[in-house]
Amino acid sequence: MSKVVAVTGNEAVANALRQVNPDVSSAYPITPATDIMQRFTSFVSNGQVKTEMILVESEHSAMSGCVGASAAGGRVMTATSSQGLALMWEELFIASGSRLPIVMALVNRALSAPLNIHGDHSDGMGARDCGWIQLWSENAQEAYDNTIQAFRIAEHMDIRLPVMVCLDGFIISHSIERIEYLEDEEVKNFVGEFQLLNPLLDIEHPVSYGPLILPDYYMEYRRAHAEVMSKVPNVVVDIAKDFEKISGRKYGLFETYRLDDAEIGVVILNSAAGTSKDVIDEFRDRGIKAGLLKPRVFRPFPYEEIGNSLKHLKAVCVLDRADAFGASYGPLFADIAASLYPYKEKPVLTNKIYGLGGRDYLPEHAELALNELVEIAKTGKVKTFREYIGVRE
Amino acid sequence: MADMIEIRWHGRGGQGTVTAAKVLADACLSSGRYVQAFPEYGPERAGAPLRAYNRISTKELRMHCPVLKPQVISVVDATLLDSINVAEGATKEAIFIVNTSKDPKEVRAKLKAEPEQKIFTIDATKIAIECIGRALPNAPMLGALCKATNLVSLEHLLEDVRKSFGKKFSQKIIDGNLEATRRGYGEVKEG
Repeated sequence: MSKVVAVTGNEAVANALRQVNPDVSSAYPITPATDIMQRFTSFVSNGQVKTEMILVESEHSAMSGCVGASAAGGRVMTATSSQGLALMWEELFIASGSRLPIVMALVNRALSAPLNIHGDHSDGMGARDCGWIQLWSENAQEAYDNTIQAFRIAEHMDIRLPVMVCLDGFIISHSIERIEYLEDEEVKNFVGEFQLLNPLLDIEHPVSYGPLILPDYYMEYRRAHAEVMSKVPNVVVDIAKDFEKISGRKYGLFETYRLDDAEIGVVILNSAAGTSKDVIDEFRDRGIKAGLLKPRVFRPFPYEEIGNSLKHLKAVCVLDRADAFGASYGPLFADIAASLYPYKEKPVLTNKIYGLGGRDYLPEHAELALNELVEIAKTGKVKTFREYIGVRE
Repeated sequence: MADMIEIRWHGRGGQGTVTAAKVLADACLSSGRYVQAFPEYGPERAGAPLRAYNRISTKELRMHCPVLKPQVISVVDATLLDSINVAEGATKEAIFIVNTSKDPKEVRAKLKAEPEQKIFTIDATKIAIECIGRALPNAPMLGALCKATNLVSLEHLLEDVRKSFGKKFSQKIIDGNLEATRRGYGEVKEG
């Protein structure tokens, strides 16, 4: 039985964390993620969870605390944004390299300077290669559902890797939407008991974490990490099937919307995908075969499956909510281009950078991208391969 | 009623405008509707102009951007009529609810409203002072909006006002807000 509520994205994530009831959380506040841990610490104070809450003096310590608690043998979670994630940087690699199944909500926010607290994807994109699994969420419902599934993915015995659950700062984190909560018992059963793997606190079976590995073995170790990453997609899909049984909601590696028979399409992450879907419906009503692809699992990036879903299109615009200074294209574009590289027949690709620092992504922006694609599909000519949109010149 | 109703609130920081949008979203959850409530986030200062938005729909809401073409506009602070264009993007048949002691006809003239647009006024600040003892006009504005739009029944709205204010405030404040909501519903004038 589900319960229908009107809550913010942060409230939904905090409630998922309450239902999972982790052993340990170590956290430091930062806008717009603060609200998640503020709500969660209330659950701790009110005795609604048995979590041991460690309040630390920085995000570096927050992730260090998570690393220690996870290596010790606990189910562990935290939340952060922007500069907070940046300060965790070195610990992110320790967590993934040590194969610690930590779950972290990343409420996406722009990076300083200049100081900006609003939503964009610069933080998550900066951490895309740190060995964590990344799940991206369009709305509060997906953020809630992804958070619950993240524990199963992270803790899967073939995986044991940390997972970041991304949701757009303010646009989703602080907006109220109708969502469905699962029952506490359903979530508890779904995530199951935490399974120990080489816990430090098992003193009968002593283990070492964080040893020095020299050139003679480091490369094998990294290769092994990459091998584990390659197993993630199947595990994600299996867990999504289990989740569908209790929720009725379908998840995959990515979502396609009216894409099968489409001639043009956009690729876009998170909340802007929803706005784009409404515009795609308008184009369809006018007889234009438009579609959309929204990645969910951004790391590991499902190159083969995404390439396969896009290769039949005539023209595709990839919209990035992050820029990549000095690179030719945005980070999402680079991966989409790579996914299509093996195919002889493939769509023309363009890239638009939008919505930095919380700049609104409006229906007119999706219309602009789609109208341009209509022209490209017709003439084969491209005016601009990459540009910023919704910006003063 | 249309499949989707979009509402824009104009208020000033500290008047409870964002809370009003949240309470309305909660109240409209009934009958399986989809809802959104979100403010425009800027530097949050008491007295600074702010906007908040609602979408209420029978279909899933996927749009995640500010409301640009509101069918309902709720002006919680009438001094904003002089400083910003509250009618920006309003639909041809938009409903305006303005917190003022003035007559709806006067407001209609000031807004240069189109003939099909409806103007409602309510002295929400006076009601709030009488019921709660403070110039917090959000509850009477909710009552007035409920009457003007028929989005939700008064009973439903009162239930959600009780729930929402019950989390933070004393029984006296809750009762005051319930009375203020009822009076907003009863005293709103169309013209």
